[in-house]
Amino acid sequence: MSEEVKKKMIDANELRDKYLREGMLPTIFCNGCGHGNAIDYTFWAIEELGLDMDKVALASGIGCSSRIPGYINADGLHTTHGRALAFATGIKAANPDLHVIVFTGDGDCTGIGGNHFIHAARRNIDMTVILLNNFIYGMTGGQLAPTAPIGSIATTAPYGNIEQAFNISELAKALGANYVARWPISYPYQPIKSIKDGIAKKGFSLIELMSPCPTAYGRRNRLGNIEALWNWYEENTILIEDYEKIINYGTEEEKNSIKEKFKIGVFQDVDKPGFFGEYEKLVNMLIEKDDAKLKGGSQ
Amino acid sequence: MIEIIKDWCKGCEICVKRCPVDALEMSDELNKRGVYPPKLKEENECNFCRLCELLCPDFAITVIPDEDEKPVESKSRLIIGGITNEV
Repeated sequence: MSEEVKKKMIDANELRDKYLREGMLPTIFCNGCGHGNAIDYTFWAIEELGLDMDKVALASGIGCSSRIPGYINADGLHTTHGRALAFATGIKAANPDLHVIVFTGDGDCTGIGGNHFIHAARRNIDMTVILLNNFIYGMTGGQLAPTAPIGSIATTAPYGNIEQAFNISELAKALGANYVARWPISYPYQPIKSIKDGIAKKGFSLIELMSPCPTAYGRRNRLGNIEALWNWYEENTILIEDYEKIINYGTEEEKNSIKEKFKIGVFQDVDKPGFFGEYEKLVNMLIEKDDAKLKGGSQ
Repeated sequence: MIEIIKDWCKGCEICVKRCPVDALEMSDELNKRGVYPPKLKEENECNFCRLCELLCPDFAITVIPDEDEKPVESKSRLIIGGITNEV
């Protein structure tokens, strides 16, 4: 490592001073929960982008993951259950200069507020959604979330889940979001890069982070051991590139072995016009039209 | 050197389990929460990769690279062109 690079990298103490509300620590998250990592990765992404924290607005709904804005030294809204994206749309409409970052959970974003999510992605509103997927409603006592894999045990599914799970990243991709990525929290560098790309991207960007929940999910699904749960994420995920190679050229045996696995990686990276860009164009066009009309009328 | 904010640690042991050179262990002093925070082993091969700092969910670890370079242990060998060279 050259001297220059060494100097540029700040240490964790400086990072904490800069972005963390240290009075709020230690966090309320359970032992082994991955939500703290999401905060850390977001800090590194913001640090690498060099964003001004006065230009960042956070929004969140209800749930474990929605406690995150409380720990970040920026303005934030802690809103009603599932409506974080609706409030974030409002922030962006009122002040388009802000970088809007939404922290939300799987139950909050796709369970309670599914329709808000679908329409925010469809309209391609310029915001970054960091979705922490832990397969369960952790804060309210472990009810079944729509993202839980088939067979998982929850308080509302004591004999195992029989419903098909929501595939959030594939859904956002189909809706035409500009940037969609999914990573497990146990890999540090890829999520940092994805969050960075997502914030820099104009339009809707979704970063789905698979975050372990040892208390509400792990304990009921024989993954109560924190190490076992963290390893589960590495054993049950596969890179999109590898997945496609196996689907195209693999043997039947290989294809069967990856059926149950979660695809990880960057799902979509495009540059489509967003809602507010188009809206601005429309308003400018109408103002010009109006001005021309007024001039025509006065003559 | 590794600095640990002991009272923020919840004792998940992720840093100990994930350290690539196995340089950390749990200490035998309880903190305010009643768990054993990690500490650097007396003999360690820590190369300041900062993975524990990134993976700690509770912001408890800070890695500060030492000023003077550590002498490289004879264990680590570079393999160049099939010939093992002791560094």
